[in-house]
Amino acid sequence: MNKFERAEGLVAPLDRANVDTDLIIPKQFLKSIKRTGFGVNLFDELRYLDEGQPGQDVANRPLNPDFVLNQPRYQGASVLLARRNFGCGSSREHAPWALEDYGFRVVIAPSFADIFYNNAFKNGLLLVTLPEETVDRLFAEVEASEGYRLDVDLEHQRVITPAGEILEFEVDAFRKQCLLEGLDDIGITLKDEDAIRAFEEKHRAARPWLFRDSAQA
Amino acid sequence: MAGQTLYDKLWSQHLVKERDDGTALIYIDRQLLHEVTSPQAFEGLRLAGRRPWRIDANLATPDHNVPTTVKERAEGNAGIKDPVSLIQVQTLDDNCVEFGIEEFKINDPRQGIVHVVGPEQGATLPGMTVVCGDSHTATHGAFAALAHGIGTSEVEHVLATQCLLAQKMKNMQVRVEGSLGTGVTAKDVVLAIIGRIGTAGGTGYAIEFAGSAIRELSMEGRMTVCNMAIEAGARVGLIAVDDTTIDYLRDRHYAPTGEQWEAAVADWRALVSDDDARFDTVVTLDAAEIEPQVSWGTSPEMVTGISGEVPDPAEAADETTQRGYTRALEYMGLAPKQKITDIRLDKVFIGSCTNSRIEDLREAAKVARGKKVADSIKLAMIVPGSGLVKRQAEAEGLDRVFIEAGFEWREPGCSMCLAMNADKLGAGEHCASTSNRNFEGRQGFGGRTHLVSPAMAAAAAIAGHFVDVRQVDVSPAAQEA
Ligand code: SF4
Repeated sequence: MNKFERAEGLVAPLDRANVDTDLIIPKQFLKSIKRTGFGVNLFDELRYLDEGQPGQDVANRPLNPDFVLNQPRYQGASVLLARRNFGCGSSREHAPWALEDYGFRVVIAPSFADIFYNNAFKNGLLLVTLPEETVDRLFAEVEASEGYRLDVDLEHQRVITPAGEILEFEVDAFRKQCLLEGLDDIGITLKDEDAIRAFEEKHRAARPWLFRDSAQA
Repeated sequence: MAGQTLYDKLWSQHLVKERDDGTALIYIDRQLLHEVTSPQAFEGLRLAGRRPWRIDANLATPDHNVPTTVKERAEGNAGIKDPVSLIQVQTLDDNCVEFGIEEFKINDPRQGIVHVVGPEQGATLPGMTVVCGDSHTATHGAFAALAHGIGTSEVEHVLATQCLLAQKMKNMQVRVEGSLGTGVTAKDVVLAIIGRIGTAGGTGYAIEFAGSAIRELSMEGRMTVCNMAIEAGARVGLIAVDDTTIDYLRDRHYAPTGEQWEAAVADWRALVSDDDARFDTVVTLDAAEIEPQVSWGTSPEMVTGISGEVPDPAEAADETTQRGYTRALEYMGLAPKQKITDIRLDKVFIGSCTNSRIEDLREAAKVARGKKVADSIKLAMIVPGSGLVKRQAEAEGLDRVFIEAGFEWREPGCSMCLAMNADKLGAGEHCASTSNRNFEGRQGFGGRTHLVSPAMAAAAAIAGHFVDVRQVDVSPAAQEA
């Protein structure tokens, strides 16, 4: 997994609540059997005026000039500022893959949908939850000053604004450690192989019908 | 000590290990696989040189990409015209062969939407943990199974370790008390619940649906309700075991038999929340007040009763909501205060893991019998949830009812629920859909989805616009005509 310690970068504001994963990466792009290459189709329906197809060269597609990521001042953004319930809907991990492939390292919002939250952390994309009022204020600051950047420090769990203000955030210890060390979840779990085997034995004895190979013929 | 909720019981029955920081390792009894979210997981296994932990826990079927027209399906995988979709389905087949996983292939009569297939086969049993790389895995909670959607990395994790890293959720109970009116179905119940608590109302919770109206639902209806728990933000929806659950499972292919069946049933009876169990949140709805629902916006919470109207953004509670409403009305091409019955439709889709089971098709057929789809409707399609549902419907003559009324009778798959295959909406088209998501572009670029029950969708197909199905004549006389 990708490591994450600290990211300092340009902020792009996406001023819309309940951004769903269909919007982050529309279904026609889920046909890929790879994990990479989704960045050019991130927010495809908002970003382009035509309907995108997988494998198509995006260079000739008409851009929607009103969409925030198409505006010159937000080019190269690596921090996405968003509204509540970001990432709701489908469980597609293609959503965090697309955000990362585009170049985002961090998404800041008042709340995130559960499955998206898990998926993001498993891919080294840091999600920072800040109170709604704080997020409101950040939206105002981003819009007011071109080139607005934030410094996101996972180790100390804080976001530092250009004015030097420190915004602290919560993140659970296990996810934080995995991100900081770039640990592979499966490798960690397999350290508990014996515990899993012991559980499985007990479980099979108590409820054999849950195991198709122990079910009566 | 207070009693346990159903969720608490399922959790503790599967807890392998708890870490100090609150994350836990839970054991997974069943993993369902489909072509969209599994290829990268299998690839990950291969790259790391790992094998699946327990092959018999897995069951696979392609559903999202498969064509639904009879002609293309007759050709099997070769009938998949889109080469990218074909590779994805082929990759699932290859991975299942390589790893020895049972798969219901494209033209196996048992193939279908994973969430229809699992229960139908008895591969979903009470007391199981069930996962799938698909958010609508919540469906299986109707059987008092702890079931939820996971991402692709987690699919790989479950394949490799038979466990999932999880954190315990909070408990919410949604009680629907009283009896539903005629013509009001499970779909209307769950839409009304989402309308009440919002799309993020259940975030962080496992929702148990309870109350007399829920108890009265069939298993099909209960699956419809749990299916959409995720649309209320909850990864898990649950319903306690009762006779309805047990009757449904008897003699299903993977269900236990003989003495094991007896032992299992005795065990399953305990899968209910204790009387003194404590829920973090309780929401109560009066069943009698629920009318047939229609979504008007681009989020499932943007929903109202058939007698209602589209809201006026000017009257929204706060600024973010107001912006959301304005944007939704613009996308949907609707005016503030427009009556729901004035929404004209272009297409009708009856299908998806929410509403493609036999009971759903019966409900729709009741309304469609002896009538004709309105001329203004460009396409009205019925897509059964599985090959077995299709056969059953044909045995009951439902296919004739639909075809005579002017509906297209298709082969099983996800179809226009998310339009990954050729079935989709054109820009600006309004669709009465029995699926679960009305997000922008979900059913096709620029498409406008209205979520409804199968009966409401059938009634809308015949009228050409939304109508109150409670006022539609389904008397035997009309049926003869
Ligand atoms: S029918 Fe729709 S919601 Fe259900 S699994 Fe298929 S695509 Fe997902």
